[in-house]
Amino acid sequence: MLQLPLWKRIIIWGLCALGLLTALPNAFYSRAERHNDAVTAAERAGFETEAQAADRALWPSWLPSNLVNLGLDLRGGAHLLAEVQVADVYKARMDALWPEMRRALADARGDIGGIRRAPSDPAELRIQIEKPEAMAKAVEVANGLASNVISLTGVGQKDLDVTAEGNELIVRLSEAERAATDDRTMQQSLEIIRRRVDEVGTREPTIQRQGTERILIQVPGIGSASELKSLIGTTAQLTFQPVVGRGTDGNAIAKPGTQILPSIDEKGVFYTLEDTPVVTGEELTDARPDFDQNGRPAVSFRFNPTGARKFGDYTAANVGQLFAIVLDNEVISAPRINQHIPGGSGIITGNFTVETSTNLAVLLRAGALPAKMNFLEERTIGPELGQDSIDAGRIAAVVGFVAVVAFMIASYGLFGVFATVALTLNMAMIFGILSTIGATLTLPGIAGIVLTIGMAVDVLIFERIREELRTAKGPARAIELGYEKAMSAIVDANITTLLTALILFFLGSGPVKGFAVTLVVGLVTSVFTAIYVTRAMVVAWYDRKRPKTITV
Amino acid sequence: MAYRLKLVPEKTNIDFFRWAWLTFWGSVAMVVAAILLTVVMGLNFGIDFKGGTTIRTESTKAVDVGAYRAAVAPLGLGDVSITEVFDPTFREDQHVAMLRIQAQEGAEAITPEVIAKVEGALQTVDPSITFPSVESVGPKVSGELIKTAVLSVLAGTAAICVYIWLRFEWQFAIGAVVALVHDIALTIGIFSLFQLKFDLTIIAALLTILGYSINDTVVVFDRLRENLIKYKTTPLRDLCNLSVNETLSRTVMTSGTTLIALIALLIFGGDVIRGFVFAMTWGVIVGTYSSVYVAKNVVLMLGVKRDWSKKDDGAAGTQFANVK
Repeated sequence: MLQLPLWKRIIIWGLCALGLLTALPNAFYSRAERHNDAVTAAERAGFETEAQAADRALWPSWLPSNLVNLGLDLRGGAHLLAEVQVADVYKARMDALWPEMRRALADARGDIGGIRRAPSDPAELRIQIEKPEAMAKAVEVANGLASNVISLTGVGQKDLDVTAEGNELIVRLSEAERAATDDRTMQQSLEIIRRRVDEVGTREPTIQRQGTERILIQVPGIGSASELKSLIGTTAQLTFQPVVGRGTDGNAIAKPGTQILPSIDEKGVFYTLEDTPVVTGEELTDARPDFDQNGRPAVSFRFNPTGARKFGDYTAANVGQLFAIVLDNEVISAPRINQHIPGGSGIITGNFTVETSTNLAVLLRAGALPAKMNFLEERTIGPELGQDSIDAGRIAAVVGFVAVVAFMIASYGLFGVFATVALTLNMAMIFGILSTIGATLTLPGIAGIVLTIGMAVDVLIFERIREELRTAKGPARAIELGYEKAMSAIVDANITTLLTALILFFLGSGPVKGFAVTLVVGLVTSVFTAIYVTRAMVVAWYDRKRPKTITV
Repeated sequence: MAYRLKLVPEKTNIDFFRWAWLTFWGSVAMVVAAILLTVVMGLNFGIDFKGGTTIRTESTKAVDVGAYRAAVAPLGLGDVSITEVFDPTFREDQHVAMLRIQAQEGAEAITPEVIAKVEGALQTVDPSITFPSVESVGPKVSGELIKTAVLSVLAGTAAICVYIWLRFEWQFAIGAVVALVHDIALTIGIFSLFQLKFDLTIIAALLTILGYSINDTVVVFDRLRENLIKYKTTPLRDLCNLSVNETLSRTVMTSGTTLIALIALLIFGGDVIRGFVFAMTWGVIVGTYSSVYVAKNVVLMLGVKRDWSKKDDGAAGTQFANVK
């Protein structure tokens, strides 16, 4: 009755061992961190330097090496919440559409007469027409310029909305196209920010889309929010360069006038390129995911007139050659020139999926941020302040732990010792789980852990055993009843706390969210340790000693 | 027999409901007072809820609030509050102050140039000054944060109410919710009384207090539910008393360990987190009080349907007629 079956005991102690093992790297934080950094750096570069190898050796690779991420308030760094002015892009689209529209309408001059662009809302195009009676024709012409929306939800819809009002023709982006454009703008902004931030090589930056138009950027270890802002503001360097050769040796010495750059997609592949670009990203006006004649995913792009001329001349002279598209000194792709491309627009085919072609289009447009960003929230936390908080949190945790342990042992004797062991395992498991799921520990998170120390469930059980001892037949029965009867209180009490923690998690942000995560993890582990770990210890002890009477 | 620290004797027989009317109306009066206080004095909202910028300064020289103020005043930033921060964990030569600049007209967040100007002005007063943290929140976000905060507290209370209603009886749910309102009101009230900074982390603390208080309430409710089944005829008042007495030792122990941990944080946890921990400590105290004196009182007043085999002989209109 009191005895736990062997398989249960194995699982219980196995989970405890796993908790200890996964928590272990956190005890050697800087060592494990250097190891992890070296491994990721080497993976990214495709080869390993001597210093990296030395760092990697600091932590044995057969041990788990996941660490608890420290939140900004503990590590120091910058936090930005930016709102992307997605509507900026509508204006750019309308302005780009105007020359084309003018040409098309001019072709129908015989029917509709002269045209003139009227002042309008930036997100639309208003065109005054000389002969309003021929409006139907004008609408037809304008509609002829619309193309299909390329997005999952907007299938079968046109990208332009053409309406007439008196003698004015009004062209807007359709609902579906607006949604698709917003989405592209956000993706592009995210991608650009990510590339900019990655360049500084800081670890674990958080770059997340929040809601429809916001981006949260958290970069640990950066000096200040304004530094981060200027970093994001710089533009990417996109170039189109002729390919001289392709190889796998990244350390070869480049001949004068050429350079050797790594490929983004293919690991270990390096391209030798001519130094002088044929065209640069400043001359690119658009790039978007598309499909080639055979229906395979591709990327279409368009240059401005000067870019188009240079691009046309070069492709005419170099059919059959490889042509590299380089972004910030990495080769995005190196397609073969199949034919002369005169119109300044073209299509890159290759081994794309819809996803990779979308990404490439995003990267191609990644030159500058597509829309202005307003910063709604910015926070800078200095690393010293973070370190102070860690130190303070550590002292508080140790003092709290020791005091609680002393109190528990004074109150429950041997059972208090069991509870102490369980509490230690509980702490280890919290850190183990937080490391494994890659959660972020914030200052309120530390408070959550300290709270878990205090709210230990064992008390509930011990008190119940005490009570049962007064009435029940013997110690074994009392222990069993104690666990049994405390159960409903434990379940109800913890589920209600869990409910509030979950609400905190879903509604909270930043440090509050971090607190919710530690609280949830702490609740789960403390229930586990109280119900199973303490119990396994109590049972093992009882089994060996078989005391006639026990005092809790 | 081994020595045991016992804060509560093995068997207690305290009549917790002897002064039921006094404790209940006393609690009501406290809640009303807290609400009035909050309405009259208002809360010292942090930038999370009000927008604006805070700059934390640190220097090896003593803080001279007057000099700081004089340095910043010519910049014309409107309301700037400067307070010195004291903390037992600070080093001997660590002098910290907080500057708070109100949200600027027409700007979503304060511009870096303004912050640079403020920092420059302060550095002329004290060249050794550093700025460990600068935080700026625009009015747009702060408005949303208030909404989310209120929503999360309401959602938390509602979720608890529904759960208790499902697991116990509706009287228990009402008792629990009244107790929670009591805890939240008193916590907000004390923040208003001492004009402590009220920011996002305090909302997190409030929700944790909800969780803790309900945890405590549920343990006593659980015992009451058990006793209701065990003693079918004992008056409800006696059963409430019995349940509280039986769980008293547990309540004191749990509150004791939690308070020990929290007080450790309060003393050693540093000033950044102090407001948060203070809210929590206070919440644990009022939460423990309210599970006995508020939640139980309400259940006692509402009464609990005892015998499920008998038909309810309640007032007219409370039951559907059995029409043939």
